[in-house]
Amino acid sequence: MEINEDVIKHVAEIARLNLSKEEIEEFLPELKEVLSYFEILKKLNTEKVKPSFQAVELKNVMREDKVRESLRQEEVLNVKNKKDGYFLGPKVV
Amino acid sequence: MFKMMKQEINKVIEECKEINKEFNYFNYIIENPKKEGKGKLDGVYVSVKDNICVKGVPSSAGSEIIKDYKPVFDAYVIEKIKQEGGIIIGKTAQDEFGFGGFNVNVAKCFKIPLNPFDKTRVCGGSSGGAGGLTQKASFRHIAIAESTGGSIANPACFCGVYGLTPSYGLVSRYGLIDYANSLDKIGIMAKEIEEVALMLKVIAGYDKRDSTSVKVRIPDYEKILKEKPKVKIGIIKESLGKGVDKKIVEVIRKRMNKLKEKGFMVKEISLPLTFKYGIASYYILALSEASTNLAKYCGLRYGMESSVEGKNFNDYFKEIRSKYFGKEAKRRIILGTFTRMAGYRDAFYIKAAKTRTLIIKEYKKVFDDVDVIVSPTMPILAPKIEEVKKLTPLQNYMMDQLTVGPNLAGLPHLNIPVGFINSLPVGLLAITNHFEEGKLLQFAKIMENETEEKKN
Repeated sequence: MEINEDVIKHVAEIARLNLSKEEIEEFLPELKEVLSYFEILKKLNTEKVKPSFQAVELKNVMREDKVRESLRQEEVLNVKNKKDGYFLGPKVV
Repeated sequence: MFKMMKQEINKVIEECKEINKEFNYFNYIIENPKKEGKGKLDGVYVSVKDNICVKGVPSSAGSEIIKDYKPVFDAYVIEKIKQEGGIIIGKTAQDEFGFGGFNVNVAKCFKIPLNPFDKTRVCGGSSGGAGGLTQKASFRHIAIAESTGGSIANPACFCGVYGLTPSYGLVSRYGLIDYANSLDKIGIMAKEIEEVALMLKVIAGYDKRDSTSVKVRIPDYEKILKEKPKVKIGIIKESLGKGVDKKIVEVIRKRMNKLKEKGFMVKEISLPLTFKYGIASYYILALSEASTNLAKYCGLRYGMESSVEGKNFNDYFKEIRSKYFGKEAKRRIILGTFTRMAGYRDAFYIKAAKTRTLIIKEYKKVFDDVDVIVSPTMPILAPKIEEVKKLTPLQNYMMDQLTVGPNLAGLPHLNIPVGFINSLPVGLLAITNHFEEGKLLQFAKIMENETEEKKN
């Protein structure tokens, strides 16, 4: 599992980050070191082991589908980019 | 009466400002804090880690990307503290979003908090400001902090105070600016164990707004602190050898020998999987979750914005994120995105989650045999800021070897200050089974009563 300049650029694109040339040069050896350390897990046999996405057992919680008081719209819209009671974002199409 | 109160509050805020000039413990100090309710926390001043929302007060999780974000609501713990009469004094320094163990990963707009015993050294992290302030404050103060992989125990250790991380699910995360949802826990730092018990009673409890909040009976922690059960203690064998400062191990052993002399059962236990695979499992899960959590910072609903006119959607996101995320945040986003990516997900993310299952089982098995598991909290004494800056990211992550275990397993754990080496604090880490915070507090009291040499 090799991480190289192209892979970092691809991952940065997915994560919506522009990395400078200097940042890529700095990150590449550091990330290589970390990822090769992560490979230690290969030594562990996890056959038939279920993954834990929490540490404490949890039950699914449902709530009644009822209208209740919430934050006021004008309170929540505490940004500069807003229009007609909505958040204003850049054009999609 | 009212006037006297106001004078006292002003005095406290003045002291905070004075401390802050020298040590940088606050990201924000509240100018005229108000007492709202009345109850258990009357007369208690509470500092809050920057990543916990306080209504109307800049809550930036130490990041420039949400530097001036003012939450429109209080976190669950803040609601409770205000109801009980606690006075919120400000937001404490932390590594950006909790990304660090030394609190040196701070955004350009914030400062590195300095160790209360030696200003050339770190406070530990990520809740560094909380640790330093708890040590320095002369007024009655309790800190609200947060841990993902050791961010309470670590600075509590380096600053010489108690630091409690409760069981996952005991304290609601509603209003926490999250790092990794399956790992984040809001906790407490204080100078006295009685104050930890007092605050836990206030903030523990079920909250329907946090879907991972657990319904358990909350005991009267202050009352059970007075009981003296004969707890059985297990010292982690792997924490006494390679990679841990011998002098620190010596301090821990001495204390444990004293307990033995007093008739407590103390024996060595082993956690081989946790010590071999804990760091890798923890970092893969934490970074994977962090990289998705940070997706919401895109310049639209919170924090930094720019003009959206004539810009493409993705270019706008990239512009904001690249400009305002710090270096460690970017590293962790890249790593966490990679470990979740098609083709790598099974080898990293899923494998780490399976490893977590085995680690939880390993702890549970040890708890069949002992009540409290102990080890040093940190493998080293508080390092110099300059030394930390030379470490590679992996070397940084390895410093969490003693704290990631209980965090991965969601187990309550407490840093207990147990002495000094070269005028720097040494901490003992005590861990109990899920929701056995009471036993943990009792153990701290036993340590204080049975093993502590007279102060000074």
